[in-house]
Amino acid sequence: MNGSLVILALLMFAATYPSRALPLLAPGFERLPRPVFAYLRLVGPAILAALAAVNVMVVTADGRPTFHVGMEWLAVLVCLGLTVWRRNLLVGLVAAVGLTAISRALGIA
Amino acid sequence: MSAQRAGFSPLEAIAFSTIVFAGAAQFAAVGYVAGGVAWPVIFLLTALLNARHLLYSAALAPWLRDVPIGRRAVIAHLLTDEAFALTIAHFARAGRTDERGYWLAAIGSTFIPWNLATIVGVLAGQEIPGPERFGLDVVFPAAMIGLAAGLIADRRDVVAAATGAAVGVLVSLALSPSVGIVAGGLLGPLAGLALPSPAGPPPAELGTVRSAEGFSMPGTHYEQGDDGAGEAPR
Repeated sequence: MNGSLVILALLMFAATYPSRALPLLAPGFERLPRPVFAYLRLVGPAILAALAAVNVMVVTADGRPTFHVGMEWLAVLVCLGLTVWRRNLLVGLVAAVGLTAISRALGIA
Repeated sequence: MSAQRAGFSPLEAIAFSTIVFAGAAQFAAVGYVAGGVAWPVIFLLTALLNARHLLYSAALAPWLRDVPIGRRAVIAHLLTDEAFALTIAHFARAGRTDERGYWLAAIGSTFIPWNLATIVGVLAGQEIPGPERFGLDVVFPAAMIGLAAGLIADRRDVVAAATGAAVGVLVSLALSPSVGIVAGGLLGPLAGLALPSPAGPPPAELGTVRSAEGFSMPGTHYEQGDDGAGEAPR
């Protein structure tokens, strides 16, 4: 069992951990001005929406990002609508997965 | 499965999932290793790809400031897209910090399944059909947008989310998805803050019943603690 790439895993940990840990471990975070907290409160909706949008609208092919239009858009919108309407994320997820699976099985996605 | 195809040994694949524990970076690393990219370059690309965690950590820091530093150090290692999304939505809905909720989100719903899936992929990857066939690839974006919707409390949140999504896509197309997501996460809140404060009483302090009620589901009731802090919903 070759394990030479475990060193690379440790190197990647060293590249990842600081961005995960710095704000959490920084002393005096609670003494930041109120506008900073107002800003941080909005980070959640902004970055989650960015993750969702980039995931369904941008596809990287041959190292080049391209705009993608597909059934996944509708699936994600259906999930959003059902989650807001029913106040239940699971219902939205099941509908999104089902819609995508069926449309792919039918060859329309 | 990707690691197996790229020639990773089972030990190496499992080490990546436990030590790095960052899905997008792991998938990228598989391609880099297969393409013979130099390790220092992989280090830099990994730091860029995972820069968004800085925003997650900053957004969670106010909630977790009373957690002992040793536990915060472990919390940091387990911080992923999914753990952040589930936790920030849970904290906002409860109106208070629930450290146990973080561990459940980070370990129960992410770390253990991710590592189990790695082992299954390494051992039986060739027997498993592509998850796209079952539509499972939309679970991630659908869950992210659903959890974002749960965080929407006023129009500032709406503008931050819409701007974050638009900026994220545009910058992704111009540069790369990893830069786009960070740009969306940075600029979306600025657009939200550009709006005047919502009319009505000032926002409630985090951790109070009034703050919790702003995010609560219909029919959820909160008990007032002695110090004014909200108790778990009943």
